[in-house]
Amino acid sequence: MFIVNSPIVETKQVHENIFIQKIHSPEVAQSAKPGQFLNIRVSENTFPLLRRPFSVCDVEGENIYLMFNILGEGTKMLARKNNGETIDILGPLGNGFNLDGKYETAIIIAGGLGAAPFPFVTRAIKNKKNILTFVGGRTEQDVVTYGLENYVLSSDDGSVGFKGNVVQSLEQDLERINISKSKVFACGPNAMLRALKDFCIKNDLDCEVSTECAMACGFGICQGCPIESTQQSDKYLLVCKDGPVFNVKDIVI
Amino acid sequence: MSKVDLSVNIGSLKLRNPILLASGTVGYGNEISEFSDLNKLGAIVTKSLSLKPRKGNPPQRIVETPAGMLNAIGLANVGVDEFLKEKIPFLKKYDVPLICNIAASSVEEYVECTRILTSEETIKAFEINVSCPNVKDGGLQFGNDIKAVGNVTAKVRAVTNKPVIIKLSPNVSYIFEFAQVVKDSGGDAVSAINTLVGTSFNIFTKKPKIFNINGGLSGPAIKPVALAKVLEISRKVDIPIIGIGGIMNWKDVIEFMIVGASAVQIGTLNFIDPTAPEKIIKELEDYCIANKVEKLSNLTASYII
Repeated sequence: MFIVNSPIVETKQVHENIFIQKIHSPEVAQSAKPGQFLNIRVSENTFPLLRRPFSVCDVEGENIYLMFNILGEGTKMLARKNNGETIDILGPLGNGFNLDGKYETAIIIAGGLGAAPFPFVTRAIKNKKNILTFVGGRTEQDVVTYGLENYVLSSDDGSVGFKGNVVQSLEQDLERINISKSKVFACGPNAMLRALKDFCIKNDLDCEVSTECAMACGFGICQGCPIESTQQSDKYLLVCKDGPVFNVKDIVI
Repeated sequence: MSKVDLSVNIGSLKLRNPILLASGTVGYGNEISEFSDLNKLGAIVTKSLSLKPRKGNPPQRIVETPAGMLNAIGLANVGVDEFLKEKIPFLKKYDVPLICNIAASSVEEYVECTRILTSEETIKAFEINVSCPNVKDGGLQFGNDIKAVGNVTAKVRAVTNKPVIIKLSPNVSYIFEFAQVVKDSGGDAVSAINTLVGTSFNIFTKKPKIFNINGGLSGPAIKPVALAKVLEISRKVDIPIIGIGGIMNWKDVIEFMIVGASAVQIGTLNFIDPTAPEKIIKELEDYCIANKVEKLSNLTASYII
């Protein structure tokens, strides 16, 4: 875990409201695992006060990549930063996906900006496993394919790909999947993760999901990001420290 | 001048410097020890402990506000027994005074927690949280009731010889009256201030952003309030004050000491930069050298009005 000031190499707009930022950060790049996140301070001033959590989108040599859309002032400031300006990175944080195992096919499920961790996941496993990716969003504008491979598109309004949500899209393609030799890796809105959990339990698919929750610190001291556990009813797990990746059976979404 | 004395006293508690880490912003020390040398700090104030473990509030527990944050954690903690078994062994490895913050739902629970913990030698003092705004069955109702604060102070005082510090609520008209009752009831010091009650709503859904509706406001947004409360106590009551509220750098520490604080606690800043407390200690030393302050504690209540 590091706290480092790292220079921005490039900021690229890849979709109407989606940016990919390349940052030179050798320490973080060398230690990050797919599914981990960074807590980034976008300003030295008191606004925005707190760091913002971002998935490690990808790692290439000494560079890391972030994927974000502009949701508020923090991400607006981040998108406007010039090449060479530094940002204060705390990370890598969290546990990351467990990509090892006997499965042959990784089924990646990405809803909207939930695509963010999967370029790194794809890079890590593409020579070892088959990859089948289901990418969905409300409209074409929300369907993000940056860094992904072998993908099937879906949109709620049918503006691109299958008309329906990403879980329905997976369901439709289930015939071509060998369930017993597959593992699901997912990230997206809670409604999507809930539907996916039901689907995976029903079909006996092993599934890990990356979760989100508002947090302040990112490493367990603020206790701001509880998530209900299916194993222990008397205490919460923390998204930042126990996650953000959980086996879907272990949490209440 | 090359050597400065940063040490401070809070009643009988002697600290190597005035920088304490505030309760609820340092866990039980282990996470923050990855960033900061705990042995360099003045003291650590543990997360609030209750007699039994508390699960805390459901999400959303945190929301950012202008120059601050609201939290409604709900005093999630492991409880006294697990603290002694699982957390104390780690903290024993460090040479840093440990102040146990205690939260409870009744006077009897405050007393029982203190009684159990007082025999643990690693614990050097108690901070009694009578003012947490985030729990329904305790906290504020004590902090807003002057008789209850006096009663809790006296009852806790009776079961420990260690310093008793009462953490005061800012959500009262005259905080000095509460500091006075703490002193009169045998308390050794006060911490001022706990978080301010605040809320935040989503303008589209019209729903509160925090599950608990209200949260405790912390961060630089509350610093002027905290300074005013510390000054009020300092001018009217002769009791050591630990200043808390939006400290972001060494200048804020000096300001709190000038208005009356003997020491300070750093809170929200730990979430943003967990290395900051250690840096601030070095910067305080630099300030003393540059300004020919031989003993930092001489700044306490040095205001000129």
